[in-house]
Amino acid sequence: MKTQNTVKLVFPAISENERTARAVVSAFLTQADPTVEELADIRTAVSEAVTNAIVHGYRGSSGDVELHIKLLENREIYLRIKDHGCGIPDVELAMQPLYTTAPEEERAGLGFAVMESFMDKLVVKSRPGYGTTVVMRKKLGSPTCREK
Amino acid sequence: MAVELLTKEQTLIAVLTGEIDHHSARSIRTEIDDTIETVQPTTLVLDFSGVTFMDSSGIGLIMGRHRLMEIVGGEVIIQNPPLHIQRVMRLSGIERIAHIRTERSVDA
Repeated sequence: MKTQNTVKLVFPAISENERTARAVVSAFLTQADPTVEELADIRTAVSEAVTNAIVHGYRGSSGDVELHIKLLENREIYLRIKDHGCGIPDVELAMQPLYTTAPEEERAGLGFAVMESFMDKLVVKSRPGYGTTVVMRKKLGSPTCREK
Repeated sequence: MAVELLTKEQTLIAVLTGEIDHHSARSIRTEIDDTIETVQPTTLVLDFSGVTFMDSSGIGLIMGRHRLMEIVGGEVIIQNPPLHIQRVMRLSGIERIAHIRTERSVDA
Protein backbone atom coordinates (compact mmCIF):
# COMPACT_ATOMS: atom_id res chain seq x y z
CA MET A 1 0.00 0.00 0.00
CA LYS A 2 1.42 3.36 -1.06
CA THR A 3 2.19 5.89 1.66
CA GLN A 4 0.66 9.33 1.08
CA ASN A 5 2.37 11.06 3.96
CA THR A 6 4.43 10.10 6.98
CA VAL A 7 5.95 11.59 10.11
CA LYS A 8 8.57 10.19 12.45
CA LEU A 9 9.02 11.56 15.93
CA VAL A 10 11.64 10.61 18.50
CA PHE A 11 11.24 11.86 22.04
CA PRO A 12 12.64 11.06 25.50
CA ALA A 13 10.53 8.71 27.62
CA ILE A 14 9.14 11.28 30.03
CA SER A 15 5.45 11.46 30.88
CA GLU A 16 5.04 15.05 29.59
CA ASN A 17 5.53 13.59 26.10
CA GLU A 18 2.37 11.47 26.30
CA ARG A 19 0.55 14.68 25.46
CA THR A 20 3.14 15.66 22.83
CA ALA A 21 2.63 12.36 20.99
CA ARG A 22 -1.15 12.84 20.95
CA ALA A 23 -0.79 16.42 19.71
CA VAL A 24 1.47 15.35 16.83
CA VAL A 25 -0.91 12.54 15.85
CA SER A 26 -3.90 14.94 15.94
CA ALA A 27 -2.09 17.47 13.78
CA PHE A 28 -1.01 14.79 11.28
CA LEU A 29 -4.52 13.31 11.03
CA THR A 30 -6.14 16.65 10.17
CA GLN A 31 -5.23 16.09 6.49
CA ALA A 32 -7.28 12.88 6.44
CA ASP A 33 -10.35 14.61 7.93
CA PRO A 34 -11.28 11.87 10.42
CA THR A 35 -14.57 11.89 12.37
CA VAL A 36 -14.46 13.10 15.96
CA GLU A 37 -14.81 9.47 17.06
CA GLU A 38 -12.03 8.15 14.79
CA LEU A 39 -9.70 10.88 16.03
CA ALA A 40 -10.54 10.16 19.69
CA ASP A 41 -9.97 6.41 19.12
CA ILE A 42 -6.56 6.89 17.53
CA ARG A 43 -5.46 9.49 20.08
CA THR A 44 -6.45 7.17 22.92
CA ALA A 45 -4.66 4.15 21.40
CA VAL A 46 -1.48 6.22 20.85
CA SER A 47 -1.62 7.52 24.40
CA GLU A 48 -1.84 3.95 25.73
CA ALA A 49 1.10 2.71 23.63
CA VAL A 50 3.32 5.69 24.48
CA THR A 51 2.43 5.43 28.18
CA ASN A 52 3.32 1.72 28.14
CA ALA A 53 6.71 2.54 26.61
CA ILE A 54 7.39 5.18 29.26
CA VAL A 55 5.99 3.35 32.31
CA HIS A 56 6.86 -0.25 31.46
CA GLY A 57 9.52 -0.09 28.74
CA TYR A 58 11.88 2.25 30.53
CA ARG A 59 10.55 2.03 34.10
CA GLY A 60 12.00 5.37 35.15
CA SER A 61 15.27 4.93 33.26
CA SER A 62 16.05 7.18 30.31
CA GLY A 63 15.65 6.29 26.66
CA ASP A 64 13.82 7.31 23.53
CA VAL A 65 10.39 6.46 22.22
CA GLU A 66 9.91 6.40 18.46
CA LEU A 67 6.55 7.22 16.93
CA HIS A 68 6.02 6.57 13.25
CA ILE A 69 2.73 7.48 11.64
CA LYS A 70 1.70 6.93 8.04
CA LEU A 71 -1.34 7.83 6.02
CA LEU A 72 -1.76 5.11 3.41
CA GLU A 73 -3.51 5.39 0.06
CA ASN A 74 -6.68 3.61 1.17
CA ARG A 75 -7.26 6.01 4.10
CA GLU A 76 -5.59 3.57 6.42
CA ILE A 77 -3.62 4.96 9.35
CA TYR A 78 -0.48 3.03 10.30
CA LEU A 79 1.13 3.69 13.67
CA ARG A 80 4.30 2.24 15.10
CA ILE A 81 5.44 2.96 18.65
CA LYS A 82 8.83 1.57 19.50
CA ASP A 83 11.00 1.61 22.60
CA HIS A 84 14.40 0.15 23.39
CA GLY A 85 13.51 -0.62 26.99
CA CYS A 86 13.30 -3.79 29.03
CA GLY A 87 10.87 -5.66 26.78
CA ILE A 88 7.96 -7.92 27.71
CA PRO A 89 8.82 -11.53 28.68
CA ASP A 90 5.26 -12.81 28.00
CA VAL A 91 3.36 -10.65 25.50
CA GLU A 92 0.24 -12.82 25.65
CA LEU A 93 0.03 -12.42 29.41
CA ALA A 94 0.73 -8.69 29.24
CA MET A 95 -2.15 -8.28 26.80
CA GLN A 96 -4.68 -9.85 29.18
CA PRO A 97 -7.18 -7.21 30.36
CA LEU A 98 -6.49 -6.02 33.92
CA TYR A 99 -2.98 -7.55 33.96
CA THR A 100 -0.53 -4.95 35.22
CA THR A 101 2.98 -4.92 36.58
CA ALA A 102 2.65 -1.36 37.88
CA PRO A 103 -0.27 -1.28 40.34
CA GLU A 104 1.59 1.33 42.44
CA GLU A 105 1.30 3.70 39.48
CA GLU A 106 -2.44 2.92 39.44
CA ARG A 107 -2.18 1.34 36.00
CA ALA A 108 -5.51 -0.35 35.29
CA GLY A 109 -3.98 -2.99 33.01
CA LEU A 110 -6.22 -1.94 30.14
CA GLY A 111 -3.73 -0.38 27.72
CA PHE A 112 -3.65 -3.23 25.20
CA ALA A 113 -7.42 -3.82 25.55
CA VAL A 114 -8.03 -0.17 24.60
CA MET A 115 -5.60 -0.39 21.64
CA GLU A 116 -7.22 -3.59 20.44
CA SER A 117 -10.73 -2.25 20.79
CA PHE A 118 -10.18 1.22 19.31
CA MET A 119 -7.98 0.19 16.37
CA ASP A 120 -8.58 -2.37 13.59
CA LYS A 121 -5.29 -4.23 13.99
CA LEU A 122 -2.74 -4.52 16.76
CA VAL A 123 0.58 -6.37 16.63
CA VAL A 124 2.98 -6.38 19.59
CA LYS A 125 6.54 -7.60 19.22
CA SER A 126 8.91 -7.67 22.15
CA ARG A 127 12.23 -9.08 23.15
CA PRO A 128 13.38 -8.90 26.77
CA GLY A 129 16.39 -6.62 27.05
CA TYR A 130 15.86 -5.09 23.61
CA GLY A 131 12.49 -3.37 23.69
CA THR A 132 8.94 -3.44 22.39
CA THR A 133 7.31 -2.46 19.12
CA VAL A 134 3.58 -1.87 18.82
CA VAL A 135 2.03 -1.60 15.35
CA MET A 136 -1.57 -0.48 14.99
CA ARG A 137 -3.75 0.14 11.96
CA LYS A 138 -7.11 1.77 11.50
CA LYS A 139 -9.01 2.43 8.30
CA LEU A 140 -10.87 5.71 8.28
CA GLY A 141 -14.37 5.87 6.84
CA SER A 142 -14.91 7.61 3.54
CA PRO A 143 -15.55 11.35 4.00
CA THR A 144 -18.19 11.40 1.23
CA CYS A 145 -20.25 8.65 2.91
CA ARG A 146 -20.22 10.57 6.14
CA GLU A 147 -21.85 13.66 4.64
CA LYS A 148 -24.99 11.72 3.64
CA MET B 1 -5.51 19.41 33.39
CA ALA B 2 -7.04 20.90 36.48
CA VAL B 3 -9.19 19.72 39.33
CA GLU B 4 -11.50 21.93 41.36
CA LEU B 5 -12.67 20.50 44.65
CA LEU B 6 -16.00 21.46 46.20
CA THR B 7 -17.45 20.19 49.44
CA LYS B 8 -21.18 19.97 50.04
CA GLU B 9 -22.05 18.43 53.40
CA GLN B 10 -20.62 14.89 53.24
CA THR B 11 -20.06 14.99 49.48
CA LEU B 12 -16.79 15.90 47.85
CA ILE B 13 -17.14 16.97 44.22
CA ALA B 14 -14.02 16.88 42.06
CA VAL B 15 -14.60 18.85 38.87
CA LEU B 16 -12.05 17.65 36.34
CA THR B 17 -11.14 19.66 33.24
CA GLY B 18 -8.74 19.10 30.33
CA GLU B 19 -6.88 15.90 29.46
CA ILE B 20 -6.47 12.93 31.80
CA ASP B 21 -3.45 10.79 31.02
CA HIS B 22 -0.77 9.00 33.05
CA HIS B 23 1.11 12.30 33.49
CA SER B 24 -1.80 14.45 34.68
CA ALA B 25 -3.44 11.68 36.75
CA ARG B 26 -0.63 11.83 39.32
CA SER B 27 -1.31 15.39 40.47
CA ILE B 28 -5.09 14.92 40.30
CA ARG B 29 -4.94 11.89 42.58
CA THR B 30 -2.72 13.69 45.10
CA GLU B 31 -5.09 16.66 45.27
CA ILE B 32 -8.20 14.49 45.63
CA ASP B 33 -6.64 12.13 48.19
CA ASP B 34 -5.39 15.00 50.36
CA THR B 35 -8.89 16.47 50.41
CA ILE B 36 -10.53 13.09 51.16
CA GLU B 37 -8.25 12.80 54.17
CA THR B 38 -9.23 16.24 55.46
CA VAL B 39 -12.95 16.23 54.59
CA GLN B 40 -13.66 12.49 55.06
CA PRO B 41 -16.66 12.49 52.69
CA THR B 42 -19.17 9.66 52.35
CA THR B 43 -19.56 10.34 48.62
CA LEU B 44 -16.94 11.33 46.08
CA VAL B 45 -18.36 12.74 42.85
CA LEU B 46 -15.92 12.81 39.94
CA ASP B 47 -17.33 15.24 37.40
CA PHE B 48 -15.99 14.51 33.90
CA SER B 49 -18.10 17.03 31.94
CA GLY B 50 -15.08 19.25 31.25
CA VAL B 51 -12.69 16.43 30.36
CA THR B 52 -11.55 16.60 26.72
CA PHE B 53 -9.44 13.43 26.67
CA MET B 54 -9.03 10.37 28.84
CA ASP B 55 -7.16 7.10 28.35
CA SER B 56 -7.04 4.11 30.72
CA SER B 57 -5.08 6.22 33.23
CA GLY B 58 -8.47 7.75 34.08
CA ILE B 59 -9.79 4.26 34.85
CA GLY B 60 -6.83 3.72 37.19
CA LEU B 61 -7.67 7.05 38.82
CA ILE B 62 -11.29 6.01 39.43
CA MET B 63 -10.28 2.53 40.68
CA GLY B 64 -7.76 4.03 43.11
CA ARG B 65 -10.29 6.52 44.52
CA HIS B 66 -12.88 3.73 44.78
CA ARG B 67 -10.46 1.70 46.89
CA LEU B 68 -9.82 4.70 49.12
CA MET B 69 -13.54 5.52 49.55
CA GLU B 70 -14.29 1.86 50.23
CA ILE B 71 -11.95 1.94 53.24
CA VAL B 72 -13.99 4.77 54.80
CA GLY B 73 -17.29 3.11 53.80
CA GLY B 74 -18.05 5.66 51.09
CA GLU B 75 -18.83 5.51 47.37
CA VAL B 76 -17.68 7.02 44.10
CA ILE B 77 -20.05 8.53 41.54
CA ILE B 78 -18.92 9.28 37.99
CA GLN B 79 -20.75 12.33 36.70
CA ASN B 80 -21.41 13.43 33.11
CA PRO B 81 -18.62 11.72 31.15
CA PRO B 82 -18.53 12.88 27.49
CA LEU B 83 -19.30 10.22 24.84
CA HIS B 84 -15.74 9.26 23.88
CA ILE B 85 -14.84 8.91 27.56
CA GLN B 86 -17.90 6.71 28.13
CA ARG B 87 -16.43 4.30 25.56
CA VAL B 88 -13.24 3.84 27.61
CA MET B 89 -15.39 3.43 30.74
CA ARG B 90 -17.61 0.80 29.11
CA LEU B 91 -14.59 -1.17 27.95
CA SER B 92 -13.21 -1.24 31.50
CA GLY B 93 -16.47 -2.25 33.17
CA ILE B 94 -15.93 0.53 35.72
CA GLU B 95 -19.71 0.82 36.22
CA ARG B 96 -19.45 -2.34 38.35
CA ILE B 97 -17.66 -0.35 41.07
CA ALA B 98 -18.84 3.24 40.49
CA HIS B 99 -22.28 4.52 39.51
CA ILE B 100 -22.31 6.58 36.30
CA ARG B 101 -24.69 9.55 36.46
CA THR B 102 -25.29 11.40 33.23
CA GLU B 103 -27.84 14.06 34.12
CA ARG B 104 -26.74 17.66 33.93
CA SER B 105 -27.68 18.55 37.53
CA VAL B 106 -24.80 18.73 39.98
CA ASP B 107 -27.14 18.61 43.00
CA ALA B 108 -26.37 15.52 45.00
